[in-house]
Amino acid sequence: MAVETTTRAKLRWGLLDVLVVVFALIPVLWIASLSFKTPATLTDGNFIPREWTLDNYKTIFDTDQFVRALINSIGIALIATLIAVVLGAMAAYAISRLDFPGKKLLVGVSLLIAMFPQVSLVSPLFEIERQLKIFDTWPGLILPYITFALPLAIYTLSAFFKQIPWDLEKAAKMDGATQGQAFRRVIAPLAAPGLFTTAILVFIFCWNDFLFAITLTSTERARTVPVALSFFTGESQFEDPTGAICAAAVVITVPIILFVLFFQRRIVSGLTSGAVKG
Amino acid sequence: MADIVLDKVSKSFPDGTVAVQDVDLEIADGEFVILVGPSGCGKSTTLNMIAGLEDISSGELRIAGQRVNDKAPRDRDIAMVFQSYALYPNMTVRENMAFPLRLAKLDKETINRKVDEAAKVLELTSLLDRKPANLSGGQRQRVAMGRAIVRQPKAFLMDEPLSNLDAKLRVQMRTVVSRLQKQLGTTTVYVTHDQTEAMTLGDRVVIMRGGAVQQVGPPQELYDHPRNLFVAGFIGSPSMNFLHAAVQDGGLHTALGEVPLGDRVRRELESADAPRELILGIRPEHFEDAELVDDDTRRRGMEFEAPVDIVESMGSDKYVYFTVEGEKASAAELEELAADAGAADFAGAGGNLVTRLSAESTVAEGQTRRVWFNLEKIHLFDPGTGRNLTLHEGRAAGALAD
Repeated sequence: MAVETTTRAKLRWGLLDVLVVVFALIPVLWIASLSFKTPATLTDGNFIPREWTLDNYKTIFDTDQFVRALINSIGIALIATLIAVVLGAMAAYAISRLDFPGKKLLVGVSLLIAMFPQVSLVSPLFEIERQLKIFDTWPGLILPYITFALPLAIYTLSAFFKQIPWDLEKAAKMDGATQGQAFRRVIAPLAAPGLFTTAILVFIFCWNDFLFAITLTSTERARTVPVALSFFTGESQFEDPTGAICAAAVVITVPIILFVLFFQRRIVSGLTSGAVKG
Repeated sequence: MADIVLDKVSKSFPDGTVAVQDVDLEIADGEFVILVGPSGCGKSTTLNMIAGLEDISSGELRIAGQRVNDKAPRDRDIAMVFQSYALYPNMTVRENMAFPLRLAKLDKETINRKVDEAAKVLELTSLLDRKPANLSGGQRQRVAMGRAIVRQPKAFLMDEPLSNLDAKLRVQMRTVVSRLQKQLGTTTVYVTHDQTEAMTLGDRVVIMRGGAVQQVGPPQELYDHPRNLFVAGFIGSPSMNFLHAAVQDGGLHTALGEVPLGDRVRRELESADAPRELILGIRPEHFEDAELVDDDTRRRGMEFEAPVDIVESMGSDKYVYFTVEGEKASAAELEELAADAGAADFAGAGGNLVTRLSAESTVAEGQTRRVWFNLEKIHLFDPGTGRNLTLHEGRAAGALAD
């Protein structure tokens, strides 16, 4: 009797899971399928293309526009991620370890930044960046990205740092390490899963951003892929760029998947086990 | 190797709490000193101040004659073993032990040689390539010790290093620690809350309470000649029995009968500010079944009758618990000890009497038994100050001393 219920429960949950996965993945597969269709069969409503073609991919890589945007996206997202994680790690370490005046205020303010609607900042940022002459440049996007990614980074990282036993740091100091050595050689390696998790989150945030990218850029100099995608048009105004847009959409998901897969291997739990009894 | 001198060392926190107050302590080169006391007595803070992990608020700390108050831990050349072991989980045992040597920028060959030597002493050789997660509690403890001894520091500091081990292993490791310290001859400061560890390990024991040193001395001296009520109650297991005693006509009225007093104690009680009520302390082993006491011994003590509560036979002797009538002894020290023992009713402070009788005694539960106790081994304490009134020039002389 008991076995029967478990099997039934398993079946029910399995069905539910499949439903959720299908719901989430169908649109993605649909886009992938569209990207392989020829313009003639594009609207035939078939899930699996009748005629396979790579023309759409050729088109997007032939246009300088897309390649340039891809380079911009990768560069800007990587730099912003690196800076945000390094700064976030230092801030989070201080917050989790030290008791300094204004600590609560700092945490509160960083939360405030994260909650601030980005839309309301777009116009002021536009004006500021034009005055500072960083409008339509890489730093012009990297700076706001770091600003909005830092609260996230600090939050995630301080949670990770708090898990690391403080005794390890004391032990390192007794063993002759300076504060810096203790952090670099003992604490940081143990916080690695946290660093990678944060890096993934920040990278995805930067990669997917559309709002800042469209308002703070005007040319190919700094335009990122999500924006470039919206500027896609056919060679003539009668041509339908759907196939090309789909191909581009597929291409820009690839770096994210690679990035996540690469870092996921490093996110192993239980790194601190064995450090202290308990 | 070096001596460590604490000169009126104090620690106070910004919110005004004083954790350690004017601790004076001279630890000789090669000596094994134990800091012991209930939780919150300031022993760990004192150790952390010696280590350099906590700032010294006032006073001076000298290691090998040099003032080190403002030196960072790494410039003091002392090693520490933590209660939690604090092994680096991302490194193997070998890397853990090599860590302090690598920081000291020794060459690879020397590092390997020293690690191998230390591993051999602690029987860790076969475990060198394992990660801490794959070690048992006792092995982790040995790695933590190995990391401390590997660089031959001036002194070892140990912060309750055995308290995370199970009882059997703790006894084993106790002898390992003791032998290692003798072998290396390195000055060691060892913090524990366990009075058994304090008694068995140290050359000298420092008993702390509320941030202040209560008494410093070899274990046996603390046991035989406690300076105050707190030391008497803290050292010894089972702990000393404490009874309420009222001063009456040159003697003491207690639950065990009228206790006669010698001239010296009587003189002391004659002064105007002397307390009218005392606390009488007797250790469990100073009782004996009255039937087994010969006449010569009998003269040195007195006898009482009480109902037997519980008998615990230990093989070598018997722990017998008696119920006695009368007022409970009460003092701040006793309450603190009770709180530390985790019992609202401290074994020695209630109407219960713990005695250790010889194994030949035929005592049985439910009987009323005649018990003898040694008057020469009695301690009398002032409940107000906790002072041991029977102590004369540092020696306890019992109630009858002239």
